[in-house]
Amino acid sequence: MPYLPADLPRILPGRDDAPWWDALRRHELVIQQCSACGTWRHPPVPVCAACHATASRWERVSGRGRVFSYTVVHHAVHPSLAGRVPYNVVLVELPDAANVRLVSNLVDVPPDEVKVGLELEVVFEDLEDVVLPRFRRARTS
Amino acid sequence: MRDRVCVAGIGETEYRSWGGITDRSEFRLACEAILAACADAGLSPRELDGFASYANDRNDAPRLAAALGCPELRFSGMVWDGGGGGVCAAVAHAAHAIHAGAASHVAVVRSLCQGEYGRFGRVGGRTPARQTPRAGIPPAFAYSLPFGLLSPAAMCALIARRHMHEFGTTHRQMGHVAVAARSHANRNPRAVMRDRTLTLDEHATARIIADPFRLHDCCLETDGACALILVSADRARDLRRRPVHVLAAAEGGEGAWGASLYTHSAPAPAYPSSNAAPVARRLWAMAGCGPGDVDVAQLYENFTGMVLMALEDFGFCARGEGGPFVEDGKLRWPDGSLPLNTAGGNLSEAYVHGLNLVVEGVRQMRGESTCQVTDAEVCLVGGGPGVAPTSALLLRRG
Repeated sequence: MPYLPADLPRILPGRDDAPWWDALRRHELVIQQCSACGTWRHPPVPVCAACHATASRWERVSGRGRVFSYTVVHHAVHPSLAGRVPYNVVLVELPDAANVRLVSNLVDVPPDEVKVGLELEVVFEDLEDVVLPRFRRARTS
Repeated sequence: MRDRVCVAGIGETEYRSWGGITDRSEFRLACEAILAACADAGLSPRELDGFASYANDRNDAPRLAAALGCPELRFSGMVWDGGGGGVCAAVAHAAHAIHAGAASHVAVVRSLCQGEYGRFGRVGGRTPARQTPRAGIPPAFAYSLPFGLLSPAAMCALIARRHMHEFGTTHRQMGHVAVAARSHANRNPRAVMRDRTLTLDEHATARIIADPFRLHDCCLETDGACALILVSADRARDLRRRPVHVLAAAEGGEGAWGASLYTHSAPAPAYPSSNAAPVARRLWAMAGCGPGDVDVAQLYENFTGMVLMALEDFGFCARGEGGPFVEDGKLRWPDGSLPLNTAGGNLSEAYVHGLNLVVEGVRQMRGESTCQVTDAEVCLVGGGPGVAPTSALLLRRG
């Protein structure tokens, strides 16, 4: 069972970010990187804010991460979340991609054990029409 | 523009908890607030030639001008995105238009009828299950919605938690913001929470919404509208109310902030902040004064923790010291040195997306607040924190 209900609303990928979602279908976590200057950026955008190049590549990262901040949500604001609270939402920094954070969830950490600084690794959750990158405690160093 | 434009009138409908106004439309509430503000100023609604708002208010300028019988529409301003962050920017746009001669009498209005149109707190809940990023929903939502980051409470909770981690800020410190606001609302007959008291212990033990925020850390959701009429300082002298000067106004934020409330991609040093520091720098420069000159403040509280960061960003205390700064009760009228949100604010008066904070600022500068600060001459109003654009105003007694 996925960490959160599969019927939460979603915004369909557009021209600027389809490759990120396509990579997830292959169980690859990629981050957009400027082809000219190497600056990482996420979520995907069409121009590098550092050098204004429009060319970019989608670099596969290790999937390692670290909790930068978190919340535990107790109040369900969507009908499908009724009975699924509390759940956590975490901001994950990626050691492989400077200044990039992902919004995600920890699938194996109880609400009172979520902490800033926890070391993580990505897991891929296959839903019917999308793959979501979620995280668990790091098992490898 | 400094001191060249005045607030000549303010108007409000009644305020009710969301869904509490069932007999009139959101558009009618907007019209009623504007009519009340015109009556307060002592001018005919037909003299209005401009309208400004923010947060994609549904009551657009052309419809208002037609409804009110205005002979000519000369200015319509809408602040791009940022929700309540744009509240002071909407006032600023009206002031700029007047100062530039583009319009002469501009109404700033915000109307919310959440029973008619849906609750803000259900922002993700009313998003269709699958849609393209071009449908009026921020594309950045794609990176938050599937992970259950649906509500502004949870979004700001991530910022607040980081602030707690970096600076040792506590939930109890946030409680001082809520308790001060409630004590002020208890004196305000217009306030939704006028009859309900709140203690620090009640704040600390209320049900959790999105950790660290509990119930009383979160703004109300309200049905109601309010409006202000802006005119030139010259014109204001001819009208019936004591004018309140727009001493200074600024909007914006960090260039890299973007849609960080959804993406949480704001650069690391600024991330746990209200994003008002760049706005504050320009505000103080325009006014030629500083935080020490402020007699009373109205700071937008979507969530209590964000107010601590706004106090830092406006320079009332150093970065990271917002928590300790409020612990001695200085936000509380009448004895505090910086009375905050003296009508109860978004937490306890009404959530009209912060425009009621500007209205209260005007009342303070007229000497008409129910928590009147003695001899108050300068009021700071800060718009919604944690977003871009955020915005701020300094009002000065005329």
